[in-house]
Formats: sequence, structure tokens, C-alpha cells
Amino acid sequence: MNRRLVERLTEAAIATFLWSFRLVIVLVVVLGSFLTIVSGKYDLETWVRLAVTGASLGSVYALIALGYTMVYGILRMINFAHGEIFMGGAFAGYFTAVVLDDAGFLNYSPVTALISVAIMIVVAMAISTLLAVLVERLAYRPLRNTPRLVPLIAAIGASFFLQYTFRGFFGPGIYAYPGIDFLSQQAPIPLLTIRWVELLVIVAAVVMMTVLYLFVMRTRIGTAIRAVSEDKSTAALMGIDVNRSIVTTFAVGAAMAGAAGVLYALMFRQVTFFVGFIPGIKAFTAAVLGGIGNVPGAMLGGLFLGEIESIGPVLFLDGLGVPAPSQLKDVIAFTMLVLVLVFRPSGILGERVTKDRA
Amino acid sequence: MKFVRIGALGLAAMLALSACGQSAASPPADPLGVVTVPAGEAIKVAYWGVLSGADSTLGIDSQRGVEIAIDDREGKLLDHDIQLITEDGLCTPEGGATAAQKLAADTTLVALIGSACSDETQGGIKTLTDAGLTTLSPSNTRPAFTFEDRDATFDGYARTAHSDAFQGKAVAEFLYNEQGLRTAATIHDGSAYAEALQQVFTDEFIALGGEVLLQEAVSKGQTDMKPVLTSVAAANPDVLYFPVFIAEGGYIAAQAKEVAGLEDTLLIGSDGMFSPDFITAAGPAAEGMYLSSPNFSAFQDAYASFLDKHRTKYGEDPLSAFHAHAYDAANIVFDAIEAVAIQNDDGSIHIPKQALRDAIFATSDHQGLTGVLSCSPTGDCGAPLIAVYQVTSRETGGEWPPEAPVWPTE
Repeated sequence: MNRRLVERLTEAAIATFLWSFRLVIVLVVVLGSFLTIVSGKYDLETWVRLAVTGASLGSVYALIALGYTMVYGILRMINFAHGEIFMGGAFAGYFTAVVLDDAGFLNYSPVTALISVAIMIVVAMAISTLLAVLVERLAYRPLRNTPRLVPLIAAIGASFFLQYTFRGFFGPGIYAYPGIDFLSQQAPIPLLTIRWVELLVIVAAVVMMTVLYLFVMRTRIGTAIRAVSEDKSTAALMGIDVNRSIVTTFAVGAAMAGAAGVLYALMFRQVTFFVGFIPGIKAFTAAVLGGIGNVPGAMLGGLFLGEIESIGPVLFLDGLGVPAPSQLKDVIAFTMLVLVLVFRPSGILGERVTKDRA
Repeated sequence: MKFVRIGALGLAAMLALSACGQSAASPPADPLGVVTVPAGEAIKVAYWGVLSGADSTLGIDSQRGVEIAIDDREGKLLDHDIQLITEDGLCTPEGGATAAQKLAADTTLVALIGSACSDETQGGIKTLTDAGLTTLSPSNTRPAFTFEDRDATFDGYARTAHSDAFQGKAVAEFLYNEQGLRTAATIHDGSAYAEALQQVFTDEFIALGGEVLLQEAVSKGQTDMKPVLTSVAAANPDVLYFPVFIAEGGYIAAQAKEVAGLEDTLLIGSDGMFSPDFITAAGPAAEGMYLSSPNFSAFQDAYASFLDKHRTKYGEDPLSAFHAHAYDAANIVFDAIEAVAIQNDDGSIHIPKQALRDAIFATSDHQGLTGVLSCSPTGDCGAPLIAVYQVTSRETGGEWPPEAPVWPTE
């Protein structure tokens, strides 16, 4: 009787703590936002600008997150080397950009600038796909039937290997993309202060995600991938080439990441051997946020994370008088992750795996 | 008979012992211990600092200054070779702590030059001081390291770099008096260097009569600076001072041009960004901004021949701002070793560590490249002359360093 009472009290205490934690965060968010907006320090144009930056950054996260989510869907493993695939694409885009710049093609006119960007993206996608297929063949396929932890460690090892190989070849310094004058200019869109580069990133990402979605939903290979994701052995029994589906998944995810590498570098200019580390983690977070294994979820998670990072510090904390809120950008982003997972454990668009609360 | 024999034995024993005492010299007593360098072996000194990553130019630049100092002595000190070992501090407290532990574990190490970043010293100095070692930093500028009331963990620490108490003041004077600006905003990156420097600047700028509207911060490794720059733009300051390191500085400089409201704001950074890598990172957006740094024009005449030696040995101009300070630090250390080393007949030398530490701190009127240097009891050996340089199209076009400061003008 006593033990039962203690158990129930403990449960009640934990429940109270969890609920008060959620409540405090929601209060901070709501109160902070209210105070910031009411203070009138930032006008509507500023918020729109922040939202646009958040959307472009979020698009990059979404593209990378797609790779994570698709590989998890088909292999139930987190491909930690995916951030380095992204970095490989960024480097490939850099060298392409330098070649095009030296040839004078890059900055000749807006049209050539856009064609150059397209070439850079294609080259980056090719290199990233090559890297990912190699990693899959050498590091993951031999470990297909081992316990879940083993491919995870292999992925971390592959991540370090790629990072330091690139470091060995290209050194630890900063490589900066040549400036593309056309892209730095404001795009003439009414009501929005958006530069061409941000517009390019958002449009390119949306186009690629749409293509990917159609690929996964409407083509035979896409259906095969979904079948293998659902049940590998049954799919094999149905005559689906499992290996080919897996390699295709890696290739497609890597292509997205490679393009994301070029788009990210167009926005931020600097590329180093370590540039894939943090965006990789953020994109993985975004994939989990949207529901790991769920393709639209990854897109949504990426956009959500990008917007929170951009608008969050200013919106939530400025009104509360927190000094230097931008330093807490990552704190806010990951707290939002925790909050979303607390309320929806399988992510925003994930399936409810269990009926128990978190 | 028996007594004579005992006496003779005793005399023989005493003679033998004294003979031993001269050839296999017993080390002198020293509270921190003695490093014995056997005959034919090298005197080992270490350089520790950031040698990889975005800020590698800072550490490599200082390491080269030390190497040139060794070359100028033909690689020899007291008839022993000088061996330079290096450790990477990664410009973080954790990196500095790891590097310091590795170096402190080496009992044959005599002295150190370093670290490069103030964060590294913050993490590693306790280990070094406790091991009885002394380190002379060419580029740490955090003021608290050489305050009068610094605590005992810094007993083994001195520096030839200026303290940021001078640099923050110089920047404030430049902006208030020379440029006539009255409102400012600052951005730091949480590091020991940046946080202290922008605070000194803030205090001095306010003391002169200006107003600091906003003190913001970013994290190391942050790439998206638009939110923080939007906050700064909302405050609308005359000048934005961001004394951070190369990567973050590059992002801020590049993205400041993209944020509406900052078009008329003057941008200024400090010696953490004084490197051609920063110009690469920021791109054409860096044109027109200012950087504070040690005043190269105020260096001694011997600096010109140092530059020639650097170009001959490395094929390029120096990469950052503290190579001359590193050269001076190395020479102060070598002079101190020469002063306190006990040379034995068999060619070995004893270097007592407390005596070495005292000799370094007692340095006075050392003719260095950066000036005539004397060390204070709390380790300030630098000649703090700060200048402000402007990044013009010449620098963004690839020429480095800037030729002459815009302030002070002689």
C-alpha cells in the first residue's frame, strides 16, 4: 500500500515538473514575443527581412535534412557523415566557381551568373553523390546486418575520415567563394526585402524538394525505396533490388546535400574543412523535429529550425531585456526542439508510435 | 696507526667526493626544480598557440618569429642546439589546457613562448605555473593577465604583447577624437580576448563622453550574423566595433553590407582580425573598414631586416600582427637562459627554473624589434603602441599588410 503511494507520488511529481517546464518555456516565448512586438523597436520590414533570412537558411537545412531522413527511413541508421557530404559539395562548388571566375564567365552578366550557379550546383551534386556512394559501399554495406550501434560508429568514423582527408588535401584555412555581384543585389519583389541570392536559395530548394517528392511518390524507384523502407525482407521477396534502392537513396540524399553546400556557400562565402559539422547537426535536429523518416517532415523541420534561429533570439528575448540574445541562438533552437518533442515525441509530422505521453 | 689509517681513508673519501662534485656537477637547489641538459643534447623550448583552423595565421606567424630568432643565433645557445617543439592550442581554453598538460609533462622542457589566444592561456596557465615553467606570450592581450592583483596561477606568465587596456583606449580615442563619432555598438564572441577588449573600449568611450548603445555577442562558429546585425541596425549607432577573430569577423563584415540600416555605420575590428585570411573571408565588403593593431611603423629600425629574413625564409610577408613580439619574446627567453644557466665541465648545463623565471621578469632595457622592453613584476614586457589601419582596395586586391596607419599620423 505504501509503495503504491510512493510510486504514485513520484509519478505525480515528475508529471508536475514536466508540465511546469513546458509552461515556463511557453510563457517565456509568449511573454517575450509580446513585449518585443509592443516595444516597437523593430518595424514590420525588419521582421520580414529576418523571416526571409530564416527561410533561406531553413531551406538549406531542409535540403540536408532530406538526406538524413531518407537514409534513416531505409536503413534505420543516422548517417553522421552526411554533414561531410555537404562540405564536399561546398568545396566542389568553390573550385568550379574559381574556374568560372578566372574565365570571366561568372560575373559577366546576370544570366551568366545564374548559369554559373547552375553549373556549380551540378558539379557539387556529382561530387557529393560520388562521395556518398563510396562511403555507403565501403563503410555501410559490409555492416548491413550488424547491431544498430555498429553502423552508427562507422558513420562517425566516416565523418572524421572525410573531414581530415579534406583537411589533408586543402589545408585548414578559409576558402572564400568569389563574389557574384548580381546575387548581392536586391531582387525587385514588392513588399519583400530579399536579395537575389536568398531568392535563388529558396527557389532552388523548393524546386529540388518538389522534384524529390515527386520522385519518391510517383516513380518506380521511389516506390521501391518506400517499400524497402517499410519492410526490407518483404520487399526483397517481392523482387525489389534492395541494394539498388539503398544506393539510390544515398545518391539522391547526397545530391540534395551537395546542392545545399553550394547554396550555403553562396550565402556565407566561407568554406573550410569543418564547415559541415554544425549544419550537419542542425539538419539532423531538423529531420528529427519534422519526424525522422518522413520526407515532408524534414522539409518542414528545416524551415522551422531556420526561422527559429533567425527570428527567435530577437523575438523571444529582446523584449525580456536579456543582454546579447544572439549568443543564445543555439540554446533557443535546441530548446524549441525539446519542446516540440515533449509535446509530439515523434516529431511534427511523425507517426504516433505509442499512445503514452512523453 | 689505526687513527692514521682512518684519517687517510677519510681524507681520500673527501677528495674523491669533491672530485665527483666537480665533474658530475650536482644540480643547484631551486624551489621549482632544475632542468639538466646533458652534453650534446639540445635545449628544448616550446611554442604553443593556435596552429590550425580559421585563426592559424595568428599562431603560425608568431611561431615564425621564434624560428627567425633561433636562426639569428645560428640555432645554438651555450654551445647546445636549440630545439623548438610546438603544440596546437586551437584558440580555445580546452585546447590550451590540453597543450599545457602535454608540455608540462615533458621534464626536459626549459621554457615556453606562447600562447597565441588569450583563451588558451586561460585554460593552460595553471598547469604550466604549477610545473615550474615560465611562458612568455607574444600575442595574448587580455588585460587581467598582467594586473597588479593577478593571482598566483599567473606567476609563470609574462608577455611581450600589449595589454588591451591600451588597445581599447586607443580605439576609443580614435573613434571619438579623430573620427568625431559619438554613439557605438559592440559585438564580441564570448572569448577572453574579445569580451575584455570591447569592455575596455566601452568604458573608455563612455569616459570620453560617448555613448555605447548596445553590447551584443555571437558564439564562436556562428555563421548567420543577420539577426545580431539587425539588432545593431535597430539601435542605429555611428560605429560598430567587433574585436573578434577571423571567421566571425569575416561573416560580420560581409553581412553588415547586406543589412539595411548599417550603410552609414563605420566598421572597426582589432588585432584578432589583422591577417590576410580576414580579407579573404570578408571579401570586398571589408573595404573601408578599420583595424587596430600594434603600430608597425613605431618598431625599431631592425624590423626592416627582420622582414627581409622572413621573406627569404618563408617566401611571403608576415601573416599576422605579432611576429616581432614573438621574436622579442624568444630573445628575452634565450638571454635569460644564458644568464642563469650553470655550465659544467662535462658540457652539460643546469637551468634552475625559479632563477630563470626571475631572470625573465627582471628583464630591463632589452633591445627588441618592438621597442626597448622592460618587464614589470607582473609580467608586462610590451611596448604598447597601437595604431589604426584602414583596409583599402589595395588590401582587398591582395596586398598585405597595409602600408601606413591612418592614426596616429606622425
